[in-house]
Amino acid sequence: MTQAELAPRHDPLLAVREVSVHFGGIVALNGVSFNMLQGQILGLIGPNGAGKTTLFNCLSRLYQPSSGDILMEGVSILSRPPHRIAEIGIGRTFQNVALFPNLSVLDNVRVGTHARTRSDIVSDSLKLNWVRHGESAMNKKVHEILAYLDLEEVAHKPVAGLPFGTQKRVELARALAADPKILLLDEPAGGLNHEEVYVLGDLIKRIRDDRKVTVLLVEHHMGLVMSIADHVVALNFGRKLAEGTPAQVQADPDVIRAYLGSKDQ
Amino acid sequence: MSAVEDVATQAAAVEAVPKRAMTLGTGTSLVVLTLLLVVPLFVKNFIIFQMTMLLIYGVAVLALNILTGGSGQFSLGQSAFYAIGAYTSAILMEQYDVNYALTLPVAGLVCFGAGFLFGQPALRLSGVYLALATFALATAMPQLLKLGYFEKWTGGVQGLVVTKPDAPFGLHMSQDVWLYYFTLVITVAIYVFSVNLLRSRSGRAFMAIRDNEIAASAMGVNVALYKTLAFGVSAGITGVAGGLGAIAVQFVAPDSYTIQFAIALFLGMVVGGVGWLPGSFIGSAFIIFVPNIAENISKGLSGAVFGVLLFLVIFLLPHGARQIAIVGQQLLARLRR
Repeated sequence: MTQAELAPRHDPLLAVREVSVHFGGIVALNGVSFNMLQGQILGLIGPNGAGKTTLFNCLSRLYQPSSGDILMEGVSILSRPPHRIAEIGIGRTFQNVALFPNLSVLDNVRVGTHARTRSDIVSDSLKLNWVRHGESAMNKKVHEILAYLDLEEVAHKPVAGLPFGTQKRVELARALAADPKILLLDEPAGGLNHEEVYVLGDLIKRIRDDRKVTVLLVEHHMGLVMSIADHVVALNFGRKLAEGTPAQVQADPDVIRAYLGSKDQ
Repeated sequence: MSAVEDVATQAAAVEAVPKRAMTLGTGTSLVVLTLLLVVPLFVKNFIIFQMTMLLIYGVAVLALNILTGGSGQFSLGQSAFYAIGAYTSAILMEQYDVNYALTLPVAGLVCFGAGFLFGQPALRLSGVYLALATFALATAMPQLLKLGYFEKWTGGVQGLVVTKPDAPFGLHMSQDVWLYYFTLVITVAIYVFSVNLLRSRSGRAFMAIRDNEIAASAMGVNVALYKTLAFGVSAGITGVAGGLGAIAVQFVAPDSYTIQFAIALFLGMVVGGVGWLPGSFIGSAFIIFVPNIAENISKGLSGAVFGVLLFLVIFLLPHGARQIAIVGQQLLARLRR
């Protein structure tokens, strides 16, 4: 899927508008704006301290912007608490993997369906008929996702003992279990070796194509971003430095200066 | 302790363990249930009374296990909820002539409400701080029950005497035996409901919060709601146990429900294995019988003997009775091969 194929849909799926975040006197983000279109893989890059994680945390509602707005399908998400973000179709993974270590792979992914299922403690305790039906439909979906990400063999194992790369796949599976429209990936390449990074890149593209998910990729690993992103936004010191295709951003003199330093420094 | 750790990691490699981690297999459950049904036919009334108390304390430990093992919240205040349940049953039976069986759901609901409300301020606390807040609740409860203002219901310092119910439907059964079977039915029901709950969407939400609150929240789990619900459920079950306890002991008095009782329940949970529901009843047996055993060994030093026994158990079995079960399961698996 290329940009041209996506052209008929002009409305952005997610719009970040003039978002600023202040921590005391420190300006972590300063009027950042960009749009994410349906089906895009958008790479958010920048050196350490550029504001990538701050922006990510605004999207997942852990931080409240001091000003500006974030719109999902035209509706502001800023009045939603963090636990009501999954239900509007925003899923995420975490920088250093935040799974539920004592639960099995299966149960981790089952928790991922929480926002898409209903129950109450009384019906759950009595295992009422509608609860059973809900659970069996949920289990079917969870097993489909486990098969899709090649995790069936480890389904019953506790996640704590699994290799790091597998844990990252479990996190992806857990996020996909909520049928996200947007998947926020926080430094997915961190801790992976060279080969694993490219396997991951292919996987992200495959997920975007097969499951019609739009991806926001916050990443240090330039190789990964440049090879799979359709659109790149570069941040530095809380401001948007450049935006465009990977090639445009790579050629941007401001971006080069931010990463490599200028001659007169 | 490396040998023990080896066992713990090996256990994780066995496919069946995580799924059954909370419960016993069907076969084992049936054997235990049969024993619980048959043994009272052959023993003296005093032993039957002790078995009744074992089930009742077991339910109270199970309730704590749902809170701590399930949702990861500590409580040293379970004695307070047990007291509220006991007094609710006693007051309804003695002051308002309500049937004893009907007082139990009321005790459960009242305690669910109390636990849910207490869970609201407790939301801001976690770990040892939460343990301290619940400790305060347990310390305050006996004195609240003595307050002159409530005396016409609670009987003040004197407490209330509760009448033991007779066996219904003209059954030829002593009061003790009837009460045992009545307690057994309620215990089994609560156990089954608890297993269902922990294996359901709500139970997974509890455990997700226990393991990682931020990730749970990102998956759509309302952390505040489920934490207070866990408190409510735990308090509610403890309240039913308290009501049953009042009927079995035939007496409620403020000083039966001190912080020491809360600590005993906590001890029972740790000895049985945190997060392993069947262990609750093993822990309950520990807190009922081991003090007696200690007293038999040395009357003057019973506290010290109990301390040594407790230390040995914790040192040898840091995961509680659950560890024995895991080792047993592995031996069985090896024999079958």
